[in-house]
Amino acid sequence: MAKMSFEDAATRYGAEPGGGAPTKVKITFVDSQGQARSVEGEVGSTVMETARRNDIPEIAAECGGACACATCHVYVDEKWAEKTGKASQMEEDMLDFAFDVKPNSRLCCQITVRPELDGLVITTPAQQG
Amino acid sequence: MNQLKEAAIETDVVIVGAGPAGLFSVFELGLLDIKAHVIDILPRAGGQCSELYPEKPIYDIPGLPVCTGQELTDNLLKQIEPFHPTFHFNEMVETLVSLGTAEKPEFRLSTDAGKIFHAKVVFIAAGGGSFQPKKPPIPKIESYEGKSVFYAVRRMEDFRDKNVVIVGGGDSALDWTLNLQPVAKSITLVHRRDQFRAAPHSVSAMQELVAAGKIDFRLGQITAVEGEDGELTSAVLKGNDGVEEKLACERLMPFFGLTMKLGPVADWGLQLNENLIPVDTEKFETSHPGIFAVGDINSYPGKLKLILSGFHEVALAAQKAHRYVYPDKKLLFQYTTSSTNLQKKLGVS
Repeated sequence: MAKMSFEDAATRYGAEPGGGAPTKVKITFVDSQGQARSVEGEVGSTVMETARRNDIPEIAAECGGACACATCHVYVDEKWAEKTGKASQMEEDMLDFAFDVKPNSRLCCQITVRPELDGLVITTPAQQG
Repeated sequence: MNQLKEAAIETDVVIVGAGPAGLFSVFELGLLDIKAHVIDILPRAGGQCSELYPEKPIYDIPGLPVCTGQELTDNLLKQIEPFHPTFHFNEMVETLVSLGTAEKPEFRLSTDAGKIFHAKVVFIAAGGGSFQPKKPPIPKIESYEGKSVFYAVRRMEDFRDKNVVIVGGGDSALDWTLNLQPVAKSITLVHRRDQFRAAPHSVSAMQELVAAGKIDFRLGQITAVEGEDGELTSAVLKGNDGVEEKLACERLMPFFGLTMKLGPVADWGLQLNENLIPVDTEKFETSHPGIFAVGDINSYPGKLKLILSGFHEVALAAQKAHRYVYPDKKLLFQYTTSSTNLQKKLGVS
């Protein structure tokens, strides 16, 4: 079996070879009272996992990220909506169980952190479950 | 006390929760001749598997390349059949009191249905806690609950000749729209979009009723309620266009699925860590001897909330449980492949 080069290993573990794109991005969570918290999100993880790891309030994520509970409901800042993309059919179905759903509503377990999301701004609703 | 003792159900183990960890506990304990009663707040077995994702595929059960939440539940039920567990559904364990000693534990449990159990050991396999209906953020809604706001239908008569508003787009919302339509004076179904995540035949039956003018369908959400002494007189519908409108109604049924609340487990005197029960990784026993915690509800260094972790945990916990239930018996480790003793218990010998 061929030995894995450093570059192969770096690619496999999510880092870009040659130190190009960042492996960490800044994500800001604004709670329902307007308080902002900026944290580092790891490329490849989800926005929900980033929130949980940093003890962001107002995100319950009861099912742990299986898109099965609608308790990681967030509003994506309109400037970022295009970059985060649209909800899948499964996610839209689950959003039926969230409260006060708006056109920019997403379940943040379904948003993967990517280098181009550096600076992402998310607002959390007052009530998840 | 004697009267209580007479009325109590005597068993080796009470398992709190009928999800995958609770069901497989029946199996591992059963192989060690430990008889189980299983209590769950839901009306059926399966826990999150059957409640949250019955149709979704699971790919990480060892030896099963793919199965749905419901298939896993059905297979587990089949696997534990030889041990004849007794299920108590639609019941929540409210109190857990220790009667014994650390060497010879004994417990008294009571449910919200008034049943009393006496058990030598307790397995808490309660996952994320008990499932309860999600309550929408409508101001003062709690003062109407049980009188004119309902999260489930207990008696159809409560809705006879009433103007009923039903909110939601899933199977519960549609089932009750269809079932209550002949009974109610009027039905207004409110949902945020004109797509429904429900059985196709229910969706088409509902659409036919709308087309025939027998029920009303409105896009939007309910943001406020009005009434007096718990009796509703109207609900405010905020349309997707932002326009608000008052709907005269005497009954409101919001269907936003279920949420998990830790519930009474928090009051059982066990050490807790962020709503989880810390256990050791040798026996998966809690801070109280004889009470075990398995599956998603426990915590220990490196814990992963995987179904397969729960299966491993119950096998080890059962070994220690045997010492409490049969203090004088020596436990011989045996394999189901070769032990005629185990095969007899499984009914395959």
